[in-house]
Parts: sequence; C-alpha cells; structure tokens
Amino acid sequence: MKVLVPVKRVIDYNVKVRVKADGSGVDLANVKMSMNPFDEIAVEEAIRLKEKGVADEVVVVSIGVKQAQDTLRTALAMGADRAILVVAAEDIHDDIEPLAVAKILKAVIDEEQPKLVIAGKQAIDNDMNATGQMLAALLGWGQATFASEVAIEGDTVTVTREVDGGLQTIAVGLPAIITADLRLNEPRYASLPNIMKAKKKPLDTKTAADLGVDVTPRLTVVSTAEPAGRSAGIKVGSVDELVAKLKEGGLV
Amino acid sequence: MAVLLLAEVSAGELALDATAKAATAAAKLGDVTILVAGPKAAADVAATISGVAKVLVAEDAAYANGLAENLADLVVSLAGDYSHIVAPATASAKNVLPRVAALLDVMVISDASGVVDGDTFERPVYAGNAVQTVKSSDATKVITFRTSTFDAAACSGSAPVEAATATADSGLSSFVADKVAESDRPELTSAKVVVSGGRGVGSEENFALIEKLADKLGAAVGASRAAVDSGFAPNDWQVGQTGKVVAPELYIAVGISGAIQHLAGMKDSKVIVAINKDEEAPIFQVADFGLVADLFEALPELTDKL
Ligand SMILES: Cc1cc2nc3c(=O)[nH]c(=O)nc-3n(C[C@H](O)[C@H](O)[C@H](O)COP(=O)(O)OP(=O)(O)OC[C@H]3O[C@@H](n4cnc5c(N)ncnc54)[C@H](O)[C@@H]3O)c2cc1C
Ligand SMILES: Nc1ncnc2c1ncn2[C@@H]1O[C@H](COP(=O)(O)O)[C@@H](O)[C@H]1O
Repeated sequence: MKVLVPVKRVIDYNVKVRVKADGSGVDLANVKMSMNPFDEIAVEEAIRLKEKGVADEVVVVSIGVKQAQDTLRTALAMGADRAILVVAAEDIHDDIEPLAVAKILKAVIDEEQPKLVIAGKQAIDNDMNATGQMLAALLGWGQATFASEVAIEGDTVTVTREVDGGLQTIAVGLPAIITADLRLNEPRYASLPNIMKAKKKPLDTKTAADLGVDVTPRLTVVSTAEPAGRSAGIKVGSVDELVAKLKEGGLV
Repeated sequence: MAVLLLAEVSAGELALDATAKAATAAAKLGDVTILVAGPKAAADVAATISGVAKVLVAEDAAYANGLAENLADLVVSLAGDYSHIVAPATASAKNVLPRVAALLDVMVISDASGVVDGDTFERPVYAGNAVQTVKSSDATKVITFRTSTFDAAACSGSAPVEAATATADSGLSSFVADKVAESDRPELTSAKVVVSGGRGVGSEENFALIEKLADKLGAAVGASRAAVDSGFAPNDWQVGQTGKVVAPELYIAVGISGAIQHLAGMKDSKVIVAINKDEEAPIFQVADFGLVADLFEALPELTDKL
C-alpha cells in the first residue's frame, strides 16, 4: 500500500512572530522555517506503517515556494521514500489556501493512487485546520481527523480521534484521509547518515499550472495586525494577598 | 442575507452555549436558520435561542455520531438557500465545515473571531500572534466562529421547528465507540472560572490538587499540552493553539510556563492568575496576579483560604 503525506513548510514554532508595521503580513524574511509539527507526526506514522509492513511506499508532497524542498528532504531523511514538490508561489509570503492545496493534492493523488493519505491536523501558520477535510471531500473519500491512534486491518482503518468531550473511535474504508493530532506518536529525528542518504532520494518538481490548478486565493488578506496586547499585572507576595485581590475584584 | 447555522449536538443533546454563541455571530450576517442534525428535543431547545427565524431538524441515524461525511452531505443539500453557512468552532464543526466548503468549491473561514461585514472577517493566525482581516470572494461563505469571543444569545425565543429531509448514509465511515468522561464540572469553554495545570504539577495523582481548587471555585479544569502528553490529564482538557480556546472571568494557571501555544488558548481571559516557582516564567507577562511559589505549598493553602 502506498501512503501519501502532505508536508508544509512553516515558520518554526519556536520563532517569535513579527507583524509587519504596514499591516501587510508577518515578516518571514530570514526567519527559521521548519516542517509543520503536525506533519512530522504524519510522516512518522507513515514510516511506522512501512516498518510494520502495512505500507510499502511513503511519498511526501509539499506545495508552495521552491524552498519547500528543504522540508521534503527532512521528510526523506526521516524515512520517506520519494518526494514531490509542487511549486505554486514565488514569494515566501504567499500562502496557498487549503482549497487550492487540496485541489493540487487531488491532482497528485489521481496520478499516484495512494490508498491512504496522512496529513497534519493544522498548519501552525494559518491555523486553518481544513486541508485534509477538503481533500477528502474532493476525492469523495472518508475522513478521520484529529487522530491519536491508527490501526489498519484489511481495507479498513480504525482511528481514535481527539474530540471536545474526549475520544471517539470510527472506522473508515480505504482509501481514506487521516489527519494527525499531537498524541499520535513522537516523531523521530533524522540521523546524520539518513540526512546524507536523503540527498539521493528522488524529488520530482512540478508546478500548479502543470496540474491545471488555479491557486488564486478566495480570501484576500485585507490587513494583518498585532493582537490586542495584554500587559503584566502585579506580583503578589503571598497566598493571603492573592485571596484578598481576588475577593476585591469580586472574582471569588 | 440568509444564514444556516449548524448546531452543535453532542450525544443527542444540543450544546446550547456553543450554539448560542455562534448564533450571536450569525445574527450579524442575516436571518438565522439553525440546523439540528439530531433529535427533535434538541431542535426544541435550539428554537429558544433568541433572534432565530427557524429551526430545521434532521433526525436520522446517519447523524447520530457526528460523522463528517453524512453531516456535510446534509448541509450541502440545504446550502442553496443560504449566503452563509456557519457553526461554532468546535472539534465537530471543524471536522465538517471544511468538507462542506470543498463540496461547494469555496474556502472555509476557520475560527473567525470578528465580523466586519458580510464578506469580511477577522481571524487569529500564528497561534494568535497576529490577527488577519480577510475578505471572501466566494458566493457562499462557510465560517466557524470562535466561541470565546462572542457572548451567547439569550434564550427567550420560540422559533418554528420544521423537518428537513435527511440525506442517505454515505457509508464511507462508521461509528465504533465514544470514550467520554462524565463530569459534574462546568464545561471548559463555557466556564466562568478555569483552573489549569501544567507539567509542573508532576503527575496524574498530583492533578487532584488542581481539581480540588477547581471544585472549590465551581471551575472547569484545563491543562497544558505538556500535562496532557505526560498523561496527567485527558486530551479534552488541553487549552491552547491546538486545543480549546477559553476566555473565562478568571483563569488560574498553575505550573504552566506560558508558551505562546498555551497563551493562544487563554490570553483573552478577563483576569489571569499565575502560580509558578520560576519568577522568569513567561506566563507572568500576561498575568494580572502572579504568585512566585511552589505549587505544592501554594495550592493547598489557596484552596483552604477561599
Ligand atoms: C504544534 C504545537 C502545538 C502546541 N499546542 C499547544 C496547546 O494547544 N496547548 C499548550 O498548552 N501547549 C501547546 N504546545 C506546547 C507548548 O509549546 C509548550 O511545550 C507547553 O505549553 C508547555 O507546557 P507547560 O507549561 O505545562 O510545561 P513547561 O514549559 O515544562 O513548564 C512547566 C512550568 O512549571 C513550573 N513548575 C515546575 N515545578 C513547579 C512547582 N513545584 N511549583 C510551581 N511551578 C512549578 C516551571 O517553573 C515551569 O514554568 C504546542 C506545541 C506545538 C509544537
Ligand atoms: N502548502 C502545503 N503543502 C503541503 N501540505 C500542506 C500544505 N498546506 C497544508 N498542508 C497539509 O494540510 C494540513 C493542514 O493544513 P491547514 O488546513 O492549512 O491547517 C497540514 O498539516 C499539511 O499536512
């Protein structure tokens, strides 16, 4: 079985985000970029399926600027077999919307015919939490989002999902889309020898136009602003003082 | 303009608070019809939400467990009559609405925190470190609303309830089991007071200290990702960028350092209290009242004295 994992290049989760003074967006120039953390989890899960003999090939796909090939190399170093880069933007500040990403992924999937797609639950830059669900819709496949446990048996995948009230388990027929939540696994680090080996693994490059997908955004970003600030209050010296403050404020 | 609001239904009951908060946001856009994919009794509760024009109820086994494929098909079957399709940004709606949007060939606007006009919305990005204003060019707007930024609509209405035609079971997925913890505590996203514990709490047993304080205050219990990952607390307690977003009157963070991913889920709380033994912890930069102390001493004393 072939497993396809979409991986997004995003601002590293440790970087302090700076909003540009003119309100045109977030400054990404000379900022550390990494694989979206949820996608590392998705790649890890796919590799584990391969190690268990359930999957035989793991293909990773990234859509965006050409620099996204670094992200793909990271996935290859973790253990993915093959990578596809779909160049859809020139400027590192141009984010491709989930709908366009899903359309591009659908075009890739029509060619590649994987039986399972594992995406991340959410990209930590746009915080959309949408691509996996949109892709499932376009393909007419079943979806199991926010997965914390995945078990494949025959043509069915049983997935435990993190939901508002706790956990839900569902069964989805293959082919299917899974989106990975934080507790699905702990992704491995790529070792130095594997990073070297990854340089020789195949990486195909295409463009959105090759796949016939229009990536014009449906949502125009009118402005980007700093959130309303919150300033530090006071330090209290003791539990008694804290209790007094809370009572003063009518909070308890 | 006409708005279809997909109600939050959980275990056959209407989640009134979340639905009423989304109703407040929806009312800014036009006449609101609430769609309840669940029992008639849940629809009757939805009908009490003030300012609602109509409630549609689709009672069918296909919708009993919130499966995304079936719910999306139902919403799409009704979509033609509406300019906006909205829902509270719950785990369930975040599963369904992007699927609806793709079936309609439109973008989804996730986690909107503000309505500028019928096409233009505000939403936090980058873990709440920036707020984007986005304008949609799509014919139908599909939106999930962040419940923590809208007050719940009142419940003095009596909208008519009509049956909607159920769609067929897609057969793409099926329900296996739910593992839902029963609790007498208020729900995290609607509680007036939240007490959250982090890695500093140290163990699942020690989390009882957090729970004791919460029970004394009639509060909900939250947790940081580190506390959940370490098995101190269940996943549905996680507050943050990728967990629940809360904005209670009072948020008490105990043994939580204050990573931006955590702040993203609680920094709109009215009053924040932080208890941490490290005076440099970033949580103090957003706390109204900070107490530098060992939680194992401070928590029992606080619980005692309140
Ligand atoms: C993709 C992604 C998504 C994430 N989503 C979320 C999210 O939704 N929510 C979330 O919370 N995090 C999230 N995180 C994780 C986040 O980055 C932090 O790692 C996490 O919030 C840290 O949790 P913590 O504050 O409990 O632990 P730590 O950072 O380890 O802090 C523990 C604190 O406890 C204090 N402490 C220790 N012992 C005591 C004591 N005896 N008395 C008093 N204080 C004590 C310490 O001084 C320290 O400040 C996410 C991370 C990533 C990469
Ligand atoms: N540009 C992209 N390239 C590859 N994968 C993507 C891209 N955008 C989104 N994804 C995938 O979709 C998931 C959810 O992203 P989002 O819907 O943007 O929050 C991510 O975790 C990725 O797996």
